[in-house]
Amino acid sequence: MSVATAHAVCRAADVPLGEGRAVTVAGRRIAVFNAPTGWFALDAVCPHQGGPLADGIVADNCVACPLHDRRFDLRTGECLGDGEGVTAHRVEVRDGTVEVTLA
Amino acid sequence: MSSGVVVIGGGIAAQSLCEEIRERDPAVPLTMICGEPCLPYDRVRLSELLVSDEAPASLALRPREWYEDREVKTLLGRRVAFLDPGLRRLTLEDQEEIPYDQLVLATGSEPLLPPLPGLDLPGVLPFRGPEHCEEIRAAACGGAARVAVIGGGLLGLEAAYGVAAQGCAVTVVHLMDRLMERQLDPPAAALLQPAMEELGVDVLLERQTEAILGSDRVEGLRLAGGEEIECDLVVISIGIRPQASLAAAAGIEVGRGVLVDDEMRTSAPSVWAVGECAEHRGTVYGLVAPIHEQAAVAAASLLGDCEQPYEGSLQWAKLKVMGVDLVSIGFPEGSQEAVAADAGGPAYRKLVLAEGRAAGAILLGDTRGSEDLLNAIAAGEEVTDPLARLAASAEATAADLPPEAQICNCNGVCKGEIVAAVTEGGCATPREVMALTRAGTGCGSCKEAVVELVAVETGGAVDEPAYLCPCRQQTREQLAAVIRERGLEAVSEVAETCGTGRECGQCKPALAYLVSEVNANRHREERAARFINDRVHANIQNDGTFSVVPRMYGGVTTPDELRRIADAAERYDVRMVKVTGGQRIDLLGVRKEDLPDIWRDIGMPSGHAYAKAVRTVKTCVGESFCRFGLGDSIDLGIALEREWEGLHTPAKVKAGVSGCPRNCAEATVKDIGVVAVEGGWQIRVGGAAGANVREADILETVETPAEVIRTATVVLQYYRENADYKERLYDFVPRVGLEEIRAVVRDPERSAELLERFRIAKAAVSDPWLERDEPYHPRQFSELDPVGPPVEAEL
Repeated sequence: MSVATAHAVCRAADVPLGEGRAVTVAGRRIAVFNAPTGWFALDAVCPHQGGPLADGIVADNCVACPLHDRRFDLRTGECLGDGEGVTAHRVEVRDGTVEVTLA
Repeated sequence: MSSGVVVIGGGIAAQSLCEEIRERDPAVPLTMICGEPCLPYDRVRLSELLVSDEAPASLALRPREWYEDREVKTLLGRRVAFLDPGLRRLTLEDQEEIPYDQLVLATGSEPLLPPLPGLDLPGVLPFRGPEHCEEIRAAACGGAARVAVIGGGLLGLEAAYGVAAQGCAVTVVHLMDRLMERQLDPPAAALLQPAMEELGVDVLLERQTEAILGSDRVEGLRLAGGEEIECDLVVISIGIRPQASLAAAAGIEVGRGVLVDDEMRTSAPSVWAVGECAEHRGTVYGLVAPIHEQAAVAAASLLGDCEQPYEGSLQWAKLKVMGVDLVSIGFPEGSQEAVAADAGGPAYRKLVLAEGRAAGAILLGDTRGSEDLLNAIAAGEEVTDPLARLAASAEATAADLPPEAQICNCNGVCKGEIVAAVTEGGCATPREVMALTRAGTGCGSCKEAVVELVAVETGGAVDEPAYLCPCRQQTREQLAAVIRERGLEAVSEVAETCGTGRECGQCKPALAYLVSEVNANRHREERAARFINDRVHANIQNDGTFSVVPRMYGGVTTPDELRRIADAAERYDVRMVKVTGGQRIDLLGVRKEDLPDIWRDIGMPSGHAYAKAVRTVKTCVGESFCRFGLGDSIDLGIALEREWEGLHTPAKVKAGVSGCPRNCAEATVKDIGVVAVEGGWQIRVGGAAGANVREADILETVETPAEVIRTATVVLQYYRENADYKERLYDFVPRVGLEEIRAVVRDPERSAELLERFRIAKAAVSDPWLERDEPYHPRQFSELDPVGPPVEAEL
């Protein structure tokens, strides 16, 4: 049994539906997404050229990096196509508070 | 002198007859007497008028010049009072007498009206002509929230959909036990009903209307059995009645319609009848394709060379309701049938055989292969395994069809003609083929097949439709039509309706533009559909920071503005202050959360340097300072920039105004460029100086700055409404052709309409940087800060 730390990062209302926002969790930049299909969290920085994933367009459980349109699966962090993926983290919303547990 | 051919009527039948005659004989005197005050128009597309604001003129079958060029004399708004087949003479209501050698009756039909009490009440309208569309639309918009449609046939359903699309609650009251009982079998009708109900059309079957209720105007319907429905508008569409009274009064034999033989001759010598007024072998045809066939036979017959008699037509119908795909061909039921349907699913495909030959089909929800089946049924193709034949049709493409297969059933154009238009007629695009052959210009349902055929013949590379959404294969035009017809106001509504924008997400910004454009900026903004630049009104840089470019109209600024910019640059630590190519100042390296504050400190409006919008109007100093200056380029540039400020466009628009042909503002390589010349201003469009260099085409030369603004604004609005997303003006101009754009700006009516829509869109524009004080969302510009201490959780 391991103990994981769930970090409260914001209220659910802080992230508009369909958008993402960046936050620092335990020193790590994380992008939190309020997608129509649920809440997701990925490492915030695109491995391609450092683009801010929190600013990307969300559709079909993916986010597209605003710099060069690389797409990452919000559920797994995998890059669609050949590129390097990012880490996906666990998100839960409890009593209106969004909590991220780092992977 | 010969009196020639006289055609009574001004509908599709009369028009088709004139075309058939002129194809065979360009010289015979030809007169069309048309009771309506307008030239023949397309009744098939009538229901479109209910859902769009198109003027009736847009449905004209041919422009006025067509009749002039071919010497077809038209008498509009004139009615025939009396016909004397013995003397071969007509008398008009205004007493004028017109002799003829051959006469064709193409008088069409009237809406059939049930003999109901209350039929005369205001608010009771038949659905038949454009005049009815306008009345229905006006009544529906005027607050008639509840509409009852009497009649659940093809036209009734199209009318019901038209008013439902305007947001009215609609109930269809139908006498029979199923919708479209003449075209559908019970299972198909049972699937159609929920599909209509999903569009907001309630259906009551097996209900006979007994009375229309109301004292001053319609208030409801009473049905047999006593049931009552409240409504504010009643649309009646229960069928047609052939207009045969003129013939009957002249002693010509009449049944339901004017009786005709296999050459479309009536019982009177030298009198023919075609279209909805005619009854052939017991059938009155109300569809377009048979009318064209009849017109061809009648034309050949009256010119004395009828080789192929008319033996009746295959009945064929396509329901023109967005979101419901339905084609019915020939007999809906028969002794031998094969049905392919998903259990409980929305698709239903049936092939009916008669004596081992294809005799009818119903395709609902999945109309693939309808051309193929239509041809099979028309040819009476022998079928041994109907289920396999049905499956094969779903895979068939237009390329698989034989040359004689009819592609456009409205205008009777077969595949061979379309192929010949490419191989022999020199056509390279579907548009050219449609103009030459008229295929696809009727109801439009065969356009896809035409595009496919042209692609095959030209090697497939030409004129591929520019899909706004590649994953859903929907074009800008298709989506704009849905947005308009359904009154969609937000990207999410389009996603729900069409699926577009849901899967790849790549088309969301394009949809966001389209929704805003169609709604004249009165859409419901959904920032999640926008690219980050348009969420925060600044241009994202390679390090995730943003650039800020305030607006400087015409590139003119003041010491005070420069001071504020300089102060802000220091206060927010901007990494670089750069003068742009568009004559303004760029502050680079601003953090997202600082954007509202820096805008406030600078105190200038947004320059839209981050958006697909009108960017800047570059100017030279012109006659204000320059010794060569011919015109006041600064003033005009500022006026243009103010006029266009804040408007979004399919792609960015850069403009320039030069005060003389030395052209220091580089107007000849701008999307829209203006150059002062001796005595006026030259307006250029479609210039580029980016990855490609293109000299802007000279559109017009006008005298005054006011004319420049007017003309250039017409071009801008035309581009806003018609270009594909991301299509720069310098690509759009060569695509649609300079001549087309010139025709638009020279057409006073179209120009006025474009300017009016521009004005409406512009009136809803405000400076996006004002969101510094009234943000779209409290956290529009900020990232998240952790709230409270971490929570321990066991895994």
